[in-house]
Amino acid sequence: MRVALQVTCLNDALFPHVGQAVVTLLRRLGVDVEFPEAQTCCGQPMVNTGYLDEAVPAVRSFVSAFSSYDAVVTPSGSCAGSARHQHGLVARRSGDAGLQAAVASLSPRVYELTEFLVDVLGVTDVGASYPHEVTYHPTCHSLRMLGVGDRPRRLLEEVRGLRLRELPYADQCCGFGGTFAVKNADTSIAMGADKVRHVRETGAEVLVAGDSSCLMHLGGLMERQRSGVRTMHLAEVLAAQE
Amino acid sequence: MQAPVGTTFVGMPAFPDAARDALGDPVLRHNLAHATGTIRDKRARVVAEVDDWEDLRVDGAAVKDTALADLGTHLLALESALTARGARVHWARDAAEANAIVAGIAKGHGVDEVVKVKSMATQEIGLNEALEAEGIAAWETDLAELIVQLGEDRPSHILVPAIHRNRAEIRAIFRDRMAAAGRPAPDDLTDEPAELAAAARLHLREKFLRARMAVSGANFAVADSGTLVVVESEGNGRMCLTLPEVLVSVVGIEKVVPTWDDLGTMLRLLPRSSTGERMNPYTSTWAGVTPGDGPQEMHVVLLDNGRTRALADEVGRQALRCIRCSACLNVCPVYERTGGHAYGSVYPGPIGAILNPLLQGPGSSAWVDSLPYASSLCGACYEVCPVRIDIPSVLVDLRAQVVDAKRIVPDVSAADSGVRPRQRPAAPSPQSLAMKGAAMTFASARRLGLAERFAGVGTSLARRLPWLPGVSAWAGARDLPQAPAESFRRWWRRTDGGRR
Repeated sequence: MRVALQVTCLNDALFPHVGQAVVTLLRRLGVDVEFPEAQTCCGQPMVNTGYLDEAVPAVRSFVSAFSSYDAVVTPSGSCAGSARHQHGLVARRSGDAGLQAAVASLSPRVYELTEFLVDVLGVTDVGASYPHEVTYHPTCHSLRMLGVGDRPRRLLEEVRGLRLRELPYADQCCGFGGTFAVKNADTSIAMGADKVRHVRETGAEVLVAGDSSCLMHLGGLMERQRSGVRTMHLAEVLAAQE
Repeated sequence: MQAPVGTTFVGMPAFPDAARDALGDPVLRHNLAHATGTIRDKRARVVAEVDDWEDLRVDGAAVKDTALADLGTHLLALESALTARGARVHWARDAAEANAIVAGIAKGHGVDEVVKVKSMATQEIGLNEALEAEGIAAWETDLAELIVQLGEDRPSHILVPAIHRNRAEIRAIFRDRMAAAGRPAPDDLTDEPAELAAAARLHLREKFLRARMAVSGANFAVADSGTLVVVESEGNGRMCLTLPEVLVSVVGIEKVVPTWDDLGTMLRLLPRSSTGERMNPYTSTWAGVTPGDGPQEMHVVLLDNGRTRALADEVGRQALRCIRCSACLNVCPVYERTGGHAYGSVYPGPIGAILNPLLQGPGSSAWVDSLPYASSLCGACYEVCPVRIDIPSVLVDLRAQVVDAKRIVPDVSAADSGVRPRQRPAAPSPQSLAMKGAAMTFASARRLGLAERFAGVGTSLARRLPWLPGVSAWAGARDLPQAPAESFRRWWRRTDGGRR
């Protein structure tokens, strides 16, 4: 099985250690993951802002980068959701029948990291060890668009030494929402501030989530507050062997 | 506070500006968080009791889709069934026509006041203000609507229009305002809920017994039997529907369901989704005139007011399935923090963010165009919607329509001169420039790699994330992440994916 990493534009530019953690983790599980260098962005930021024409080039490069792989793994519920639920829309808009067919064939092979681990590889114990107090925020698109359910939790429960603290109102949105974070900055910050308050109530040292975008927003708020709570992508926790 | 006129409140600013005011009001934030949290939990409890809830949602969506797929036929069937049972049916293209019909009926009977059942359609068309302009007082009889009306306030929730008020505020409104509208509140009124309800009851009773005409909406209109249905909690609706001589019901054309049997599905879905009750206390159904019993003259005004526009929208037409339960408002993290007024319409929250643009048309105003963006697309609304309106997908589609409407702007001066309007491109906004830049950057990995290299350590977030403009809006309360020394793609190339 040829497996490709879709690192996401956000991790590529700002959080390369998340991509590196996925590589470490998958290699440990015997997957020789490749990084097709033709990849750019899934196009979601443009689609969700209403710029469908502007998303077409991103979807084209997604298809050309990944079409030859059996599975595409991405450390983002949001980008997996975009590939599975929005690429068809963009391809239809392009009027290019070839692109539509390519998207229809590729989309079902795009997996969010926890789906790939649990459903494709069939593992929940990934050999990780991370002896810390952790709380987990289920991101909206992984929860509601993809329906990853308890997969992240089952993976975290098998991490040696990790103590999972319940996050109150866990399923409430953190307020990032892509360009929503700047177009409606006040509302976004109000939502994030409530999420941060709940995170701090848990007493955890580390906030874990499966989307770097939500973590960038919450981490930014927590740093401004000097909260002392760190953010970590789920992939980093699963790659850890402390 | 300005009174509502039509679907929109006069002079509403775009959502982000209106939201900012609401977010700065700690009492409002507290009232909203408490109230939405309470209803949300109640709904979750009673929905969990129904084993086949998901099947029921599918059935509910199917009932409405069946009606909408052949709306004209079902409306004509409704008209003939209503007419056969002694009701008079009127067709209104817009708010002005509907208001004129209701005012005409009132004047025909020489009444100077009407009692009203809580109705979204009449709020939408600004009926109270239109009647007032004709010298006819329209008294709201639903408790929360009464609070809003006496307070000269605006509704902020579909089901609980005074959700933004706490009981101390309600006591003050009753004590200060009831006397001018009829029976005054007792001098020793406290803010105990039972006392507040008792004061409203006495105040309203006198209006129920005196009024000769009532105005209602309808939750459902059954085509095959010619039955209108009102679902309520307080019994004020039953009073209005039975005591006055003349009853006028203003009903949106999307309220039609084909058969009496279809009602069963809808009546199972609505109360649990709306008030979080297994069954609502009062369900009134009426079909035509019965001699010697109830209103002796019955009118039904079938209202379009943008609904056929929404029906023509391939993605958005599902919004016409809405049964106004307001479950989407109660779970919405944006609504919970901004409240309903920020949406600038009697339809706030997630459903308002799609329904207002669908009724009025994307591109019709800056306010309308701001609404589809008033969401983080978290999807909580879709999850609870009893008729499975995929609100996030409609929001995204409407965003595309807003953007597309700005790609080409009609040349108004040419239109005025009677010449076929020419199209000229709109001046690009910073956002559209950012998106065009992102489109170019993401078209090729080489370009993206270059963009990342030139956005070195310490440069702006915007250089690194071409799609996220507005760093000042970001950095107001959020630190920026530290830019890494190298991107992932450079690391991969330099180390051969960590193998070197």
